Amino acid sequence: MLTRLKKLDKVKLVNTIVLGLLSMFFLIPLIWMVSTAFKYESDVFVFPIEWIPRRINVVNNFKEVWFGDIPFYLFYWNSIKIAGSTTVITIFISSMAAFSFSKLRFKGRNLLFFTLISLMIIPEQSTLVPRFLLIRTMGLYNTHGALIFMAMFSIYFTFLMRQFMLSIEDDYIEAAKIDGANYFRIYWQVILPLCKPILATVGIIKFIWTWNDYQNPLIFLLSKELYPITMGMQLFQDDFADSYAVLMMASLSAILPLVIIFIILQKQVIEGISLGGVKG
Amino acid sequence: MLEDKKILKATKKTGLSAERRKEAIVGWLFLTPEIIGMVLLYVLPIIFAVLLSFTEWNLVGGLSEIRFVGLDNFVKMFSDERVFLALRNNLVYTVVVVPVSMIIALVLATLINSRVHMKSFFKVAFFIPYISSIIAVGAIWRALYHPSQGPINQLLSSIGVSNLPGWLADTSTSLLAIIIISIWTQIGYVVVIYLAGLANISQEIYEAAEMDGATSLQKFYKITFPLLAPTHMFLAITLLITSFKVFDLIKFLTNGGPINSSTVLVYLIYQEGFQRFNMGYASAISILLFTVVATLTYLTWKLQNSKIFGG
Repeated sequence: MLTRLKKLDKVKLVNTIVLGLLSMFFLIPLIWMVSTAFKYESDVFVFPIEWIPRRINVVNNFKEVWFGDIPFYLFYWNSIKIAGSTTVITIFISSMAAFSFSKLRFKGRNLLFFTLISLMIIPEQSTLVPRFLLIRTMGLYNTHGALIFMAMFSIYFTFLMRQFMLSIEDDYIEAAKIDGANYFRIYWQVILPLCKPILATVGIIKFIWTWNDYQNPLIFLLSKELYPITMGMQLFQDDFADSYAVLMMASLSAILPLVIIFIILQKQVIEGISLGGVKG
Repeated sequence: MLEDKKILKATKKTGLSAERRKEAIVGWLFLTPEIIGMVLLYVLPIIFAVLLSFTEWNLVGGLSEIRFVGLDNFVKMFSDERVFLALRNNLVYTVVVVPVSMIIALVLATLINSRVHMKSFFKVAFFIPYISSIIAVGAIWRALYHPSQGPINQLLSSIGVSNLPGWLADTSTSLLAIIIISIWTQIGYVVVIYLAGLANISQEIYEAAEMDGATSLQKFYKITFPLLAPTHMFLAITLLITSFKVFDLIKFLTNGGPINSSTVLVYLIYQEGFQRFNMGYASAISILLFTVVATLTYLTWKLQNSKIFGG
Protein backbone atom coordinates (compact mmCIF):
# COMPACT_ATOMS: atom_id res chain seq x y z
CA MET A 1 0.00 0.00 0.00
CA LEU A 2 2.73 2.39 0.99
CA THR A 3 4.79 1.71 -2.16
CA ARG A 4 1.71 2.25 -4.30
CA LEU A 5 1.08 5.60 -2.69
CA LYS A 6 4.69 6.62 -3.25
CA LYS A 7 4.48 5.62 -6.90
CA LEU A 8 1.33 7.63 -7.44
CA ASP A 9 2.89 10.68 -5.84
CA LYS A 10 5.79 10.39 -8.25
CA VAL A 11 3.28 10.49 -11.13
CA LYS A 12 1.72 13.56 -9.62
CA LEU A 13 5.09 15.24 -9.36
CA VAL A 14 6.02 14.41 -12.95
CA ASN A 15 2.66 15.71 -14.18
CA THR A 16 3.18 18.92 -12.28
CA ILE A 17 6.67 19.43 -13.69
CA VAL A 18 5.53 18.78 -17.28
CA LEU A 19 2.59 21.13 -16.87
CA GLY A 20 4.85 23.68 -15.23
CA LEU A 21 7.25 23.66 -18.18
CA LEU A 22 4.39 23.95 -20.65
CA SER A 23 2.86 26.81 -18.72
CA MET A 24 6.15 28.71 -18.96
CA PHE A 25 5.58 29.01 -22.69
CA PHE A 26 2.35 30.86 -21.93
CA LEU A 27 3.67 32.92 -19.06
CA ILE A 28 7.08 33.96 -20.41
CA PRO A 29 5.74 36.62 -22.81
CA LEU A 30 3.75 38.12 -19.94
CA ILE A 31 6.69 37.98 -17.55
CA TRP A 32 8.84 39.60 -20.24
CA MET A 33 6.26 42.40 -20.52
CA VAL A 34 6.28 43.06 -16.77
CA SER A 35 10.05 42.96 -16.56
CA THR A 36 10.47 45.26 -19.58
CA ALA A 37 8.01 47.78 -18.16
CA PHE A 38 10.53 48.31 -15.33
CA LYS A 39 13.57 48.80 -17.59
CA TYR A 40 15.53 51.57 -19.24
CA GLU A 41 15.09 51.52 -23.00
CA SER A 42 18.75 50.64 -23.56
CA ASP A 43 18.42 47.49 -21.41
CA VAL A 44 15.32 46.11 -23.12
CA PHE A 45 17.03 43.85 -25.63
CA VAL A 46 20.10 42.92 -23.58
CA PHE A 47 20.80 39.22 -24.08
CA PRO A 48 20.72 36.96 -22.07
CA ILE A 49 17.49 38.55 -20.86
CA GLU A 50 17.66 40.37 -17.52
CA TRP A 51 14.48 39.00 -16.00
CA ILE A 52 15.05 41.09 -12.91
CA PRO A 53 16.24 44.44 -14.25
CA ARG A 54 19.62 45.67 -13.02
CA ARG A 55 18.57 49.31 -13.35
CA ILE A 56 14.99 50.27 -12.60
CA ASN A 57 13.19 52.96 -14.59
CA VAL A 58 9.63 52.09 -13.70
CA VAL A 59 8.66 55.53 -12.37
CA ASN A 60 9.62 57.30 -15.58
CA ASN A 61 7.92 54.70 -17.75
CA PHE A 62 4.81 54.99 -15.64
CA LYS A 63 4.84 58.77 -15.88
CA GLU A 64 5.34 58.64 -19.63
CA VAL A 65 2.34 56.36 -20.07
CA TRP A 66 -0.04 57.92 -17.59
CA PHE A 67 0.91 61.60 -17.66
CA GLY A 68 2.76 61.99 -20.97
CA ASP A 69 1.62 63.39 -24.31
CA ILE A 70 -0.87 60.59 -24.89
CA PRO A 71 -3.45 60.74 -22.10
CA PHE A 72 -3.71 57.12 -21.00
CA TYR A 73 -5.96 57.92 -18.03
CA LEU A 74 -8.47 59.34 -20.49
CA PHE A 75 -8.52 56.08 -22.54
CA TYR A 76 -8.89 54.18 -19.31
CA TRP A 77 -11.84 56.28 -18.28
CA ASN A 78 -13.39 55.90 -21.75
CA SER A 79 -13.02 52.12 -21.56
CA ILE A 80 -14.57 51.97 -18.11
CA LYS A 81 -17.44 54.15 -19.30
CA ILE A 82 -18.07 52.18 -22.50
CA ALA A 83 -17.63 48.69 -21.03
CA GLY A 84 -19.51 49.60 -17.84
CA SER A 85 -22.58 51.07 -19.50
CA THR A 86 -22.69 48.39 -22.20
CA THR A 87 -22.63 45.70 -19.52
CA VAL A 88 -25.42 47.23 -17.44
CA ILE A 89 -27.67 47.92 -20.45
CA THR A 90 -27.08 44.45 -21.94
CA ILE A 91 -28.05 42.82 -18.66
CA PHE A 92 -31.36 44.70 -18.66
CA ILE A 93 -32.26 44.20 -22.30
CA SER A 94 -31.30 40.52 -22.35
CA SER A 95 -32.89 39.65 -19.03
CA MET A 96 -36.13 41.36 -20.00
CA ALA A 97 -36.25 39.41 -23.25
CA ALA A 98 -35.28 36.20 -21.46
CA PHE A 99 -38.05 36.76 -18.89
CA SER A 100 -40.58 37.11 -21.65
CA PHE A 101 -39.26 34.05 -23.52
CA SER A 102 -39.23 31.84 -20.45
CA LYS A 103 -42.03 32.96 -18.14
CA LEU A 104 -44.72 34.70 -20.16
CA ARG A 105 -47.03 32.81 -22.49
CA PHE A 106 -48.30 34.38 -25.68
CA LYS A 107 -48.79 33.55 -29.33
CA GLY A 108 -45.75 33.68 -31.57
CA ARG A 109 -43.29 33.51 -28.69
CA ASN A 110 -41.44 30.40 -29.80
CA LEU A 111 -41.37 31.42 -33.45
CA LEU A 112 -39.83 34.73 -32.43
CA PHE A 113 -37.26 32.98 -30.26
CA PHE A 114 -36.32 30.70 -33.12
CA THR A 115 -35.95 33.70 -35.44
CA LEU A 116 -33.65 35.47 -32.97
CA ILE A 117 -31.48 32.40 -32.52
CA SER A 118 -31.11 32.02 -36.27
CA LEU A 119 -29.86 35.62 -36.52
CA MET A 120 -26.74 34.47 -34.64
CA ILE A 121 -25.60 33.01 -37.96
CA ILE A 122 -24.79 36.52 -39.25
CA PRO A 123 -21.15 37.42 -38.53
CA GLU A 124 -21.00 41.04 -37.41
CA GLN A 125 -18.12 41.78 -39.80
CA SER A 126 -20.37 41.09 -42.76
CA THR A 127 -22.70 43.92 -41.79
CA LEU A 128 -20.03 46.55 -41.06
CA VAL A 129 -20.86 48.72 -44.08
CA PRO A 130 -24.63 48.98 -43.50
CA ARG A 131 -24.11 49.46 -39.76
CA PHE A 132 -21.69 52.26 -40.51
CA LEU A 133 -24.35 53.95 -42.66
CA LEU A 134 -26.97 53.39 -39.93
CA ILE A 135 -24.78 54.88 -37.23
CA ARG A 136 -24.07 57.91 -39.40
CA THR A 137 -27.78 58.37 -40.13
CA MET A 138 -28.58 58.15 -36.43
CA GLY A 139 -26.00 60.86 -35.78
CA LEU A 140 -24.02 58.55 -33.54
CA TYR A 141 -20.83 58.42 -35.62
CA ASN A 142 -17.79 59.33 -33.52
CA THR A 143 -19.62 58.99 -30.18
CA HIS A 144 -19.44 56.44 -27.38
CA GLY A 145 -23.15 56.00 -28.02
CA ALA A 146 -22.29 54.22 -31.28
CA LEU A 147 -20.16 51.62 -29.49
CA ILE A 148 -22.67 51.13 -26.68
CA PHE A 149 -25.61 50.90 -29.06
CA MET A 150 -23.94 48.25 -31.17
CA ALA A 151 -22.84 46.12 -28.23
CA MET A 152 -25.89 46.32 -25.98
CA PHE A 153 -28.01 43.71 -27.76
CA SER A 154 -26.91 40.13 -27.36
CA ILE A 155 -28.79 37.09 -28.59
CA TYR A 156 -26.26 34.80 -26.96
CA PHE A 157 -26.77 36.29 -23.49
CA THR A 158 -30.55 36.31 -23.94
CA PHE A 159 -30.27 32.62 -24.73
CA LEU A 160 -28.10 31.86 -21.68
CA MET A 161 -30.43 33.80 -19.37
CA ARG A 162 -33.51 32.13 -20.81
CA GLN A 163 -32.01 28.72 -20.10
CA PHE A 164 -31.32 29.79 -16.53
CA MET A 165 -34.81 31.24 -16.01
CA LEU A 166 -36.46 28.08 -17.32
CA SER A 167 -35.01 26.30 -14.31
CA ILE A 168 -36.76 28.69 -11.91
CA GLU A 169 -39.98 27.19 -10.54
CA ASP A 170 -43.19 28.88 -11.72
CA ASP A 171 -44.43 28.62 -8.12
CA TYR A 172 -42.47 31.76 -7.25
CA ILE A 173 -44.38 33.68 -9.89
CA GLU A 174 -47.77 32.23 -8.92
CA ALA A 175 -47.12 33.13 -5.30
CA ALA A 176 -46.17 36.69 -6.25
CA LYS A 177 -49.31 36.97 -8.39
CA ILE A 178 -51.48 35.90 -5.47
CA ASP A 179 -49.79 38.62 -3.43
CA GLY A 180 -51.02 41.03 -6.11
CA ALA A 181 -47.69 41.71 -7.86
CA ASN A 182 -47.85 42.74 -11.53
CA TYR A 183 -45.39 41.40 -14.14
CA PHE A 184 -42.99 44.29 -13.75
CA ARG A 185 -42.68 43.67 -10.03
CA ILE A 186 -42.33 39.94 -10.64
CA TYR A 187 -39.46 40.60 -13.05
CA TRP A 188 -37.78 43.10 -10.76
CA GLN A 189 -38.37 41.61 -7.32
CA VAL A 190 -38.69 37.89 -7.98
CA ILE A 191 -36.85 36.87 -11.15
CA LEU A 192 -33.85 39.21 -11.17
CA PRO A 193 -32.77 38.43 -7.59
CA LEU A 194 -33.01 34.70 -8.35
CA CYS A 195 -30.87 35.21 -11.46
CA LYS A 196 -27.92 36.80 -9.68
CA PRO A 197 -25.45 33.99 -10.55
CA ILE A 198 -26.12 34.11 -14.29
CA LEU A 199 -26.23 37.92 -14.29
CA ALA A 200 -22.79 38.00 -12.66
CA THR A 201 -21.39 35.50 -15.15
CA VAL A 202 -22.82 37.25 -18.17
CA GLY A 203 -21.88 40.69 -16.86
CA ILE A 204 -18.21 39.85 -16.36
CA ILE A 205 -17.86 38.23 -19.77
CA LYS A 206 -19.55 41.18 -21.45
CA PHE A 207 -17.30 43.62 -19.61
CA ILE A 208 -14.16 41.75 -20.72
CA TRP A 209 -15.30 41.50 -24.33
CA THR A 210 -16.23 45.15 -24.56
CA TRP A 211 -13.02 46.26 -22.82
CA ASN A 212 -10.99 44.31 -25.40
CA ASP A 213 -13.01 45.39 -28.45
CA TYR A 214 -10.84 47.00 -31.10
CA GLN A 215 -12.76 46.70 -34.36
CA ASN A 216 -15.76 48.88 -33.50
CA PRO A 217 -13.79 51.80 -32.01
CA LEU A 218 -11.44 51.60 -35.02
CA ILE A 219 -14.32 52.08 -37.43
CA PHE A 220 -16.81 54.18 -35.48
CA LEU A 221 -14.57 56.64 -33.62
CA LEU A 222 -12.55 59.48 -35.11
CA SER A 223 -11.57 61.75 -32.21
CA LYS A 224 -8.60 60.65 -30.11
CA GLU A 225 -10.17 61.95 -26.90
CA LEU A 226 -12.96 59.37 -27.30
CA TYR A 227 -10.61 56.40 -27.74
CA PRO A 228 -10.86 53.40 -25.45
CA ILE A 229 -7.73 51.63 -24.26
CA THR A 230 -7.32 49.36 -27.29
CA MET A 231 -7.20 52.35 -29.64
CA GLY A 232 -4.97 54.13 -27.13
CA MET A 233 -2.54 51.24 -27.49
CA GLN A 234 -2.62 51.83 -31.23
CA LEU A 235 -1.65 55.48 -30.68
CA PHE A 236 1.16 54.42 -28.36
CA GLN A 237 2.49 52.03 -30.93
CA ASP A 238 2.39 54.71 -33.63
CA ASP A 239 4.17 57.26 -31.44
CA PHE A 240 6.52 55.05 -29.42
CA ALA A 241 7.20 52.37 -32.03
CA ASP A 242 10.73 51.85 -30.73
CA SER A 243 10.30 52.68 -27.05
CA TYR A 244 9.56 49.17 -25.91
CA ALA A 245 9.83 49.89 -22.19
CA VAL A 246 7.09 52.52 -22.42
CA LEU A 247 5.01 50.30 -24.71
CA MET A 248 5.22 47.39 -22.28
CA MET A 249 4.17 49.69 -19.44
CA ALA A 250 1.15 50.65 -21.55
CA SER A 251 0.38 46.99 -22.30
CA LEU A 252 0.71 46.11 -18.63
CA SER A 253 -1.68 48.94 -17.74
CA ALA A 254 -4.19 47.71 -20.32
CA ILE A 255 -4.06 44.07 -19.20
CA LEU A 256 -3.78 44.41 -15.43
CA PRO A 257 -7.36 45.38 -14.49
CA LEU A 258 -8.76 42.43 -16.42
CA VAL A 259 -6.29 40.00 -14.88
CA ILE A 260 -7.25 41.26 -11.41
CA ILE A 261 -10.99 40.97 -12.16
CA PHE A 262 -10.34 37.51 -13.55
CA ILE A 263 -8.34 36.28 -10.57
CA ILE A 264 -10.99 37.52 -8.13
CA LEU A 265 -13.96 36.19 -10.13
CA GLN A 266 -12.37 33.27 -11.97
CA LYS A 267 -15.19 30.89 -11.14
CA GLN A 268 -17.78 33.08 -12.88
CA VAL A 269 -15.52 33.88 -15.84
CA ILE A 270 -14.61 30.25 -16.51
CA GLU A 271 -18.19 29.15 -16.01
CA GLY A 272 -19.44 31.81 -18.39
CA ILE A 273 -16.95 30.79 -21.06
CA SER A 274 -17.69 27.08 -20.73
CA LEU A 275 -21.50 27.46 -20.67
CA GLY A 276 -21.52 27.72 -24.43
CA GLY A 277 -19.40 24.64 -24.78
CA VAL A 278 -21.11 22.00 -22.71
CA LYS A 279 -24.45 22.43 -24.39
CA GLY A 280 -25.15 19.94 -27.13
CA MET B 1 -47.73 21.73 -22.71
CA LEU B 2 -50.38 19.91 -20.75
CA GLU B 3 -50.17 22.59 -18.12
CA ASP B 4 -50.66 25.22 -20.81
CA LYS B 5 -53.85 23.61 -22.04
CA LYS B 6 -55.22 23.25 -18.55
CA ILE B 7 -54.62 26.89 -17.83
CA LEU B 8 -56.14 27.86 -21.15
CA LYS B 9 -59.24 25.83 -20.35
CA ALA B 10 -59.46 27.32 -16.89
CA THR B 11 -59.17 30.84 -18.24
CA LYS B 12 -61.89 30.21 -20.77
CA LYS B 13 -64.16 28.84 -18.11
CA THR B 14 -63.65 31.60 -15.60
CA GLY B 15 -63.48 34.31 -18.23
CA LEU B 16 -59.96 35.38 -17.42
CA SER B 17 -59.07 36.05 -21.05
CA ALA B 18 -58.32 39.65 -20.12
CA GLU B 19 -55.55 38.26 -17.95
CA ARG B 20 -54.15 36.30 -20.92
CA ARG B 21 -54.24 39.38 -23.10
CA LYS B 22 -52.40 41.32 -20.45
CA GLU B 23 -49.74 38.61 -20.31
CA ALA B 24 -49.30 38.82 -24.09
CA ILE B 25 -49.01 42.62 -24.05
CA VAL B 26 -46.45 42.51 -21.24
CA GLY B 27 -44.62 39.74 -23.08
CA TRP B 28 -44.21 41.86 -26.21
CA LEU B 29 -43.35 44.91 -24.12
CA PHE B 30 -40.46 43.12 -22.45
CA LEU B 31 -39.21 42.01 -25.86
CA THR B 32 -39.46 45.40 -27.55
CA PRO B 33 -35.89 46.65 -26.92
CA GLU B 34 -34.39 43.34 -28.04
CA ILE B 35 -36.53 43.25 -31.17
CA ILE B 36 -35.68 46.84 -32.12
CA GLY B 37 -31.98 46.05 -31.69
CA MET B 38 -32.18 42.90 -33.76
CA VAL B 39 -34.03 44.61 -36.60
CA LEU B 40 -31.65 47.58 -36.68
CA LEU B 41 -28.39 45.69 -36.22
CA TYR B 42 -28.99 42.34 -37.87
CA VAL B 43 -32.04 42.13 -40.15
CA LEU B 44 -31.83 45.48 -41.97
CA PRO B 45 -28.00 45.49 -42.27
CA ILE B 46 -27.81 42.05 -43.84
CA ILE B 47 -30.54 42.97 -46.35
CA PHE B 48 -28.73 46.23 -47.10
CA ALA B 49 -25.42 44.42 -47.48
CA VAL B 50 -26.96 42.20 -50.14
CA LEU B 51 -28.50 45.19 -51.96
CA LEU B 52 -25.29 47.22 -51.78
CA SER B 53 -23.27 44.33 -53.17
CA PHE B 54 -25.02 44.92 -56.52
CA THR B 55 -24.02 48.58 -56.63
CA GLU B 56 -20.99 50.71 -57.15
CA TRP B 57 -20.87 53.47 -54.61
CA ASN B 58 -18.11 55.61 -53.25
CA LEU B 59 -19.25 57.05 -49.94
CA VAL B 60 -17.34 60.28 -50.55
CA GLY B 61 -19.61 61.08 -53.52
CA GLY B 62 -22.81 60.93 -51.45
CA LEU B 63 -26.09 59.12 -52.10
CA SER B 64 -26.51 60.51 -55.63
CA GLU B 65 -23.42 58.61 -56.81
CA ILE B 66 -24.91 55.20 -56.09
CA ARG B 67 -25.14 53.05 -59.26
CA PHE B 68 -26.62 49.61 -59.89
CA VAL B 69 -24.01 47.37 -61.53
CA GLY B 70 -25.58 43.91 -61.32
CA LEU B 71 -23.07 41.18 -60.69
CA ASP B 72 -20.02 43.29 -61.58
CA ASN B 73 -18.65 43.27 -58.02
CA PHE B 74 -18.78 39.50 -57.86
CA VAL B 75 -17.14 39.14 -61.25
CA LYS B 76 -14.44 41.57 -60.13
CA MET B 77 -14.04 39.65 -56.87
CA PHE B 78 -13.26 36.38 -58.56
CA SER B 79 -10.51 37.93 -60.65
CA ASP B 80 -9.12 40.04 -57.77
CA GLU B 81 -5.80 38.62 -56.66
CA ARG B 82 -6.18 40.08 -53.16
CA VAL B 83 -9.45 38.21 -52.64
CA PHE B 84 -7.73 35.03 -53.72
CA LEU B 85 -4.82 35.73 -51.33
CA ALA B 86 -7.18 36.60 -48.49
CA LEU B 87 -9.17 33.40 -48.93
CA ARG B 88 -5.96 31.38 -49.16
CA ASN B 89 -4.58 33.03 -45.99
CA ASN B 90 -7.87 32.44 -44.17
CA LEU B 91 -7.65 28.78 -45.15
CA VAL B 92 -3.98 28.34 -44.18
CA TYR B 93 -4.64 30.11 -40.89
CA THR B 94 -7.65 27.89 -40.16
CA VAL B 95 -5.98 24.64 -41.15
CA VAL B 96 -3.07 25.36 -38.78
CA VAL B 97 -4.75 27.17 -35.89
CA VAL B 98 -7.71 24.83 -35.36
CA PRO B 99 -5.96 21.43 -35.05
CA VAL B 100 -2.82 22.77 -33.32
CA SER B 101 -4.86 24.65 -30.68
CA MET B 102 -7.00 21.59 -30.08
CA ILE B 103 -4.09 19.17 -29.71
CA ILE B 104 -2.10 21.39 -27.34
CA ALA B 105 -5.22 22.23 -25.33
CA LEU B 106 -6.27 18.60 -25.05
CA VAL B 107 -2.84 17.66 -23.67
CA LEU B 108 -2.96 20.54 -21.20
CA ALA B 109 -6.54 19.83 -20.11
CA THR B 110 -5.82 16.15 -19.61
CA LEU B 111 -2.78 17.01 -17.49
CA ILE B 112 -4.71 19.57 -15.43
CA ASN B 113 -7.47 17.01 -14.95
CA SER B 114 -5.03 14.31 -13.80
CA ARG B 115 -3.25 14.05 -10.46
CA VAL B 116 -1.33 17.28 -10.33
CA HIS B 117 -0.25 19.92 -7.82
CA MET B 118 -1.41 23.55 -8.10
CA LYS B 119 -4.44 22.72 -10.28
CA SER B 120 -6.09 26.13 -9.93
CA PHE B 121 -2.84 27.96 -10.63
CA PHE B 122 -2.53 26.20 -13.99
CA LYS B 123 -6.13 26.93 -14.93
CA VAL B 124 -5.45 30.63 -14.36
CA ALA B 125 -2.04 30.63 -16.06
CA PHE B 126 -3.30 29.32 -19.38
CA PHE B 127 -6.34 31.53 -19.31
CA ILE B 128 -4.64 34.89 -18.76
CA PRO B 129 -3.63 35.35 -22.44
CA TYR B 130 -7.24 34.77 -23.48
CA ILE B 131 -8.72 37.54 -21.35
CA SER B 132 -5.86 39.95 -22.06
CA SER B 133 -6.51 42.67 -24.60
CA ILE B 134 -5.46 41.28 -27.96
CA ILE B 135 -3.91 44.63 -28.82
CA ALA B 136 -1.69 44.64 -25.71
CA VAL B 137 -0.78 41.05 -26.52
CA GLY B 138 0.05 42.12 -30.06
CA ALA B 139 2.35 44.83 -28.72
CA ILE B 140 4.23 42.29 -26.57
CA TRP B 141 4.75 39.89 -29.46
CA ARG B 142 5.82 42.66 -31.82
CA ALA B 143 8.72 43.31 -29.44
CA LEU B 144 9.49 39.60 -29.01
CA TYR B 145 9.53 39.19 -32.82
CA HIS B 146 11.88 42.16 -33.40
CA PRO B 147 14.00 40.87 -36.34
CA SER B 148 17.46 41.99 -35.19
CA GLN B 149 17.21 42.52 -31.42
CA GLY B 150 14.09 40.61 -30.32
CA PRO B 151 14.48 37.90 -27.66
CA ILE B 152 13.19 35.17 -29.99
CA ASN B 153 15.76 35.80 -32.71
CA GLN B 154 18.54 36.37 -30.14
CA LEU B 155 17.70 32.98 -28.67
CA LEU B 156 17.67 31.39 -32.13
CA SER B 157 21.01 32.93 -33.03
CA SER B 158 22.54 31.87 -29.70
CA ILE B 159 21.70 28.25 -30.49
CA GLY B 160 23.33 28.60 -33.88
CA VAL B 161 20.49 29.41 -36.31
CA SER B 162 22.08 31.59 -38.98
CA ASN B 163 19.12 32.23 -41.27
CA LEU B 164 16.99 34.24 -38.82
CA PRO B 165 13.31 34.67 -39.74
CA GLY B 166 12.01 38.20 -40.23
CA TRP B 167 8.70 37.26 -38.55
CA LEU B 168 6.13 40.05 -39.04
CA ALA B 169 8.38 41.93 -41.46
CA ASP B 170 8.85 39.11 -43.97
CA THR B 171 6.31 37.98 -46.57
CA SER B 172 7.14 34.31 -45.97
CA THR B 173 6.69 34.39 -42.18
CA SER B 174 4.14 37.16 -41.44
CA LEU B 175 1.14 34.81 -41.45
CA LEU B 176 3.00 32.24 -39.35
CA ALA B 177 3.86 34.96 -36.81
CA ILE B 178 0.17 35.89 -36.56
CA ILE B 179 -0.80 32.22 -36.27
CA ILE B 180 1.57 31.66 -33.33
CA ILE B 181 0.10 34.63 -31.43
CA SER B 182 -3.46 33.45 -32.15
CA ILE B 183 -2.77 29.97 -30.84
CA TRP B 184 -1.03 31.37 -27.77
CA THR B 185 -4.03 33.63 -27.09
CA GLN B 186 -6.88 31.19 -27.52
CA ILE B 187 -5.43 28.06 -25.90
CA GLY B 188 -6.95 29.11 -22.56
CA TYR B 189 -10.44 29.08 -24.06
CA VAL B 190 -9.96 25.65 -25.64
CA VAL B 191 -8.55 24.26 -22.39
CA VAL B 192 -11.57 25.50 -20.44
CA ILE B 193 -14.00 23.89 -22.88
CA TYR B 194 -12.07 20.61 -22.76
CA LEU B 195 -12.04 20.71 -18.96
CA ALA B 196 -15.82 21.12 -19.00
CA GLY B 197 -16.03 18.13 -21.35
CA LEU B 198 -13.73 16.05 -19.15
CA ALA B 199 -15.82 16.86 -16.08
CA ASN B 200 -18.79 15.24 -17.82
CA ILE B 201 -17.07 11.86 -18.14
CA SER B 202 -18.10 9.58 -15.29
CA GLN B 203 -15.29 8.43 -13.00
CA GLU B 204 -16.86 4.97 -12.83
CA ILE B 205 -15.77 4.20 -16.39
CA TYR B 206 -12.15 4.87 -15.44
CA GLU B 207 -12.46 2.80 -12.28
CA ALA B 208 -13.84 -0.10 -14.28
CA ALA B 209 -10.98 0.23 -16.77
CA GLU B 210 -8.44 0.27 -13.93
CA MET B 211 -9.91 -2.93 -12.57
CA ASP B 212 -9.26 -4.48 -15.97
CA GLY B 213 -5.68 -3.27 -15.74
CA ALA B 214 -5.76 -0.46 -18.32
CA THR B 215 -2.70 1.81 -18.50
CA SER B 216 -3.00 5.61 -18.46
CA LEU B 217 -2.33 5.75 -22.20
CA GLN B 218 -4.97 3.12 -22.91
CA LYS B 219 -7.45 5.00 -20.76
CA PHE B 220 -6.79 8.12 -22.79
CA TYR B 221 -7.16 6.49 -26.21
CA LYS B 222 -10.00 4.12 -25.38
CA ILE B 223 -12.07 6.29 -23.01
CA THR B 224 -11.17 9.96 -22.78
CA PHE B 225 -10.62 10.72 -26.45
CA PRO B 226 -13.74 9.03 -27.88
CA LEU B 227 -16.02 10.21 -25.08
CA LEU B 228 -14.96 13.78 -25.80
CA ALA B 229 -16.37 13.52 -29.34
CA PRO B 230 -19.10 16.18 -28.83
CA THR B 231 -16.51 18.55 -27.37
CA HIS B 232 -14.10 17.96 -30.28
CA MET B 233 -16.92 18.70 -32.68
CA PHE B 234 -18.07 21.83 -30.87
CA LEU B 235 -14.54 23.20 -30.67
CA ALA B 236 -13.58 22.34 -34.24
CA ILE B 237 -16.50 24.28 -35.63
CA THR B 238 -16.40 27.18 -33.17
CA LEU B 239 -12.70 27.66 -33.89
CA LEU B 240 -13.30 27.31 -37.62
CA ILE B 241 -15.80 30.16 -37.49
CA THR B 242 -13.59 32.43 -35.33
CA SER B 243 -10.72 31.74 -37.70
CA PHE B 244 -12.66 33.21 -40.59
CA LYS B 245 -13.36 36.34 -38.56
CA VAL B 246 -9.71 37.03 -37.65
CA PHE B 247 -8.90 40.75 -37.98
CA ASP B 248 -7.62 42.61 -34.90
CA LEU B 249 -4.07 41.21 -34.77
CA ILE B 250 -3.62 41.60 -38.50
CA LYS B 251 -4.80 45.20 -38.56
CA PHE B 252 -2.66 46.07 -35.55
CA LEU B 253 0.54 44.25 -36.49
CA THR B 254 0.86 43.92 -40.27
CA ASN B 255 -1.97 45.80 -42.00
CA GLY B 256 -2.31 42.69 -44.11
CA GLY B 257 1.30 42.98 -45.31
CA PRO B 258 4.01 42.90 -46.21
CA ILE B 259 2.61 42.90 -49.77
CA ASN B 260 -0.73 41.28 -48.82
CA SER B 261 1.08 38.26 -47.34
CA SER B 262 -1.13 38.29 -44.24
CA THR B 263 -4.34 39.77 -45.59
CA VAL B 264 -7.67 38.08 -44.80
CA LEU B 265 -11.32 38.59 -45.81
CA VAL B 266 -12.27 40.86 -42.90
CA TYR B 267 -9.18 42.96 -43.51
CA LEU B 268 -10.21 43.39 -47.16
CA ILE B 269 -13.69 44.50 -46.08
CA TYR B 270 -12.06 47.08 -43.80
CA GLN B 271 -9.66 48.22 -46.51
CA GLU B 272 -12.26 48.56 -49.27
CA GLY B 273 -15.05 49.93 -47.08
CA PHE B 274 -13.32 52.17 -44.59
CA GLN B 275 -10.07 53.21 -46.23
CA ARG B 276 -11.16 53.46 -49.87
CA PHE B 277 -14.91 53.91 -49.20
CA ASN B 278 -15.93 51.50 -51.98
CA MET B 279 -19.11 50.52 -50.19
CA GLY B 280 -20.43 48.33 -53.03
CA TYR B 281 -17.30 46.24 -53.40
CA ALA B 282 -16.83 45.98 -49.63
CA SER B 283 -20.41 44.69 -49.38
CA ALA B 284 -19.77 42.05 -52.03
CA ILE B 285 -16.79 40.74 -50.01
CA SER B 286 -19.00 40.87 -46.91
CA ILE B 287 -21.50 38.60 -48.64
CA LEU B 288 -18.70 36.17 -49.45
CA LEU B 289 -17.69 36.17 -45.77
CA PHE B 290 -21.31 35.76 -44.69
CA THR B 291 -21.77 32.79 -47.01
CA VAL B 292 -18.67 31.03 -45.67
CA VAL B 293 -19.46 31.67 -42.00
CA ALA B 294 -23.18 30.95 -42.32
CA THR B 295 -22.46 27.62 -43.98
CA LEU B 296 -20.05 26.67 -41.20
CA THR B 297 -22.48 27.78 -38.48
CA TYR B 298 -25.31 25.90 -40.10
CA LEU B 299 -23.13 22.79 -40.04
CA THR B 300 -22.49 23.28 -36.31
CA TRP B 301 -26.18 23.29 -35.58
CA LYS B 302 -26.81 20.36 -37.83
CA LEU B 303 -24.07 18.33 -36.19
CA GLN B 304 -24.95 19.36 -32.68
CA ASN B 305 -28.57 18.52 -33.42
CA SER B 306 -29.24 21.53 -31.27
CA LYS B 307 -30.55 21.20 -27.79
CA ILE B 308 -31.39 24.89 -27.93
CA PHE B 309 -35.11 24.31 -27.88
CA GLY B 310 -35.01 21.44 -25.45
CA GLY B 311 -35.14 23.97 -22.59
